[in-house]
Amino acid sequence: MKILVPVKRVIDYNVKVRVKADESSVELANVKMSINPFDEIAVEEAIRLKEKGVASEVVVVTIGVKKSEDVLRTALAMGADRAILIEAADDVHTDIEPLAVAKLLAKVAEAETPDLILAGKQAIDNDMNATGQMLGALLGWGQATSASALEITDGVARVTREVDGGLQVVDVNMPAIVTCDLRLNEPRYASLPNIMKAKKKSLAATTAAEYGVDITPRLTVVKTVEPAARAAGEIVGSVEELKAKLKEAGVV
Amino acid sequence: MSVLLVAEISGSQISIDATSKALAAVSSLGPVTILAAGEGVDPAPLAALAGVDKVLHVEGADYGHQMPEAYAKLLQSLAPNYTHIAAPATTSAKASFPRLAALLDVMVITDVIAVDSADTFQRPIYAGNAIQTVTSTDAIKVMTIRTAGFDAVADGGAASIEVIDAAEAVDSSRWVEDRVVTSDRPELTSAGVVVSGGRGVGSEESFAIISALADTLGGAVGASRAAVDSGFAANDMQVGQTGKVVAPDLYIACGISGAIQHLAGMKDSKVIVAINSDSEAPIFQVADYGLVADLFDAVPALTEQLK
Repeated sequence: MKILVPVKRVIDYNVKVRVKADESSVELANVKMSINPFDEIAVEEAIRLKEKGVASEVVVVTIGVKKSEDVLRTALAMGADRAILIEAADDVHTDIEPLAVAKLLAKVAEAETPDLILAGKQAIDNDMNATGQMLGALLGWGQATSASALEITDGVARVTREVDGGLQVVDVNMPAIVTCDLRLNEPRYASLPNIMKAKKKSLAATTAAEYGVDITPRLTVVKTVEPAARAAGEIVGSVEELKAKLKEAGVV
Repeated sequence: MSVLLVAEISGSQISIDATSKALAAVSSLGPVTILAAGEGVDPAPLAALAGVDKVLHVEGADYGHQMPEAYAKLLQSLAPNYTHIAAPATTSAKASFPRLAALLDVMVITDVIAVDSADTFQRPIYAGNAIQTVTSTDAIKVMTIRTAGFDAVADGGAASIEVIDAAEAVDSSRWVEDRVVTSDRPELTSAGVVVSGGRGVGSEESFAIISALADTLGGAVGASRAAVDSGFAANDMQVGQTGKVVAPDLYIACGISGAIQHLAGMKDSKVIVAINSDSEAPIFQVADYGLVADLFDAVPALTEQLK
């Protein structure tokens, strides 16, 4: 069984984001970038399936600027077998929309014919939570989003999903697309020998143009601003004072 | 212009609050038709919402289980009649709407917090650390609404109800079971009061003092990601970017430091109270009222005072 894992290079989750002065986007130049945390969970899950003998090959793919190669090396160091880089932008501030990403990934899936695509549930930059579902639609595959547990038996993926009221369990025929939530696993750290080994693994570079996919954005960014700040509050001295303030505000 | 609003329904259960708030968000865009898809649904409460033009009622077990493949297919067949297709940003719509958008070859716009015009919308990015305004060039706008910032519409409507046929079945996936946590407390996302505990609560047992305060105020119990990861609280109680987004009248954060990801889920609450022993905790920067105290003393004392 072959698993395809799409990964995205995003601002490291520990970095405080700043809006650019011209309001065009968030500042990404000279900012620490990392693999999207949810995608890292997807890579980890794929590797675990390989270690259990369920999967035979793990292929990772990313779409973005040339520097996105970094996150492919991270995935290879974790244990993925080979990688595909699709260059689709020159400027790190160009965010390729989920629809265009899904169209490119559909082309990759047609060529690679994976049995399972494991993706992160959303990228922590645009927070769109869309690519996996869109890819499912384009390929005509079943989908299960926000997975917190995954079991593969006889061509069926049994997925436990995080939903509003609790958990939902669904069976999806393979080939299937599953998107990963935080509690699915805890990704490993790549060891130094594995980081060295990853440098020798296959990384094929191609471009969006080669797939003949139109990646023109459908959404135009009008502006990007900081959220409205809350007015400063006050520190109260005691539980009694707190109760009095809450009565005064009419909320208790 | 015309809008198709998909009501949030699980089984036969309509979430009127979420649907009504989403209705408030989209009603400026044109006449609104509400889709009631589920299993054993009584669509009358939806027809009674003020300003609804029509209700479409369709029955199907896959809709009741919110299966995204079936939902997307149904919506695809209805789409040509509308300029906008919207739903509250629940886990159900989050699963089905991007799928629908791809079937229609349009870009989805998720977690809309403001409708500026028929094609321009605001949505949070980077866990709410920035707000982006986007204009869509697509013929049909497919969008989910983050309902926390909208007020529910009143009753007083008398829309007609039309029964429609289910779309062709999709067999790529099957529902197995729901593991739903049942509670007498109000639902987290629509509660007027939310009391949340963080890592400072220290254990699952100690969460009882958080629950006791919530029960005294008739509120819901929430938790920070740190509390969930530490095993003190269930994941469906998680408030934050990776959990639920809430905007109650009163939010009481107990032993929560105020990580960016938590603030993204509650900073639109009307009144925020923070109780934390660390006076430097970032939660105090967003709190209307801060109390620097040991939560094990302060929370039971507050509960006692409010009884």
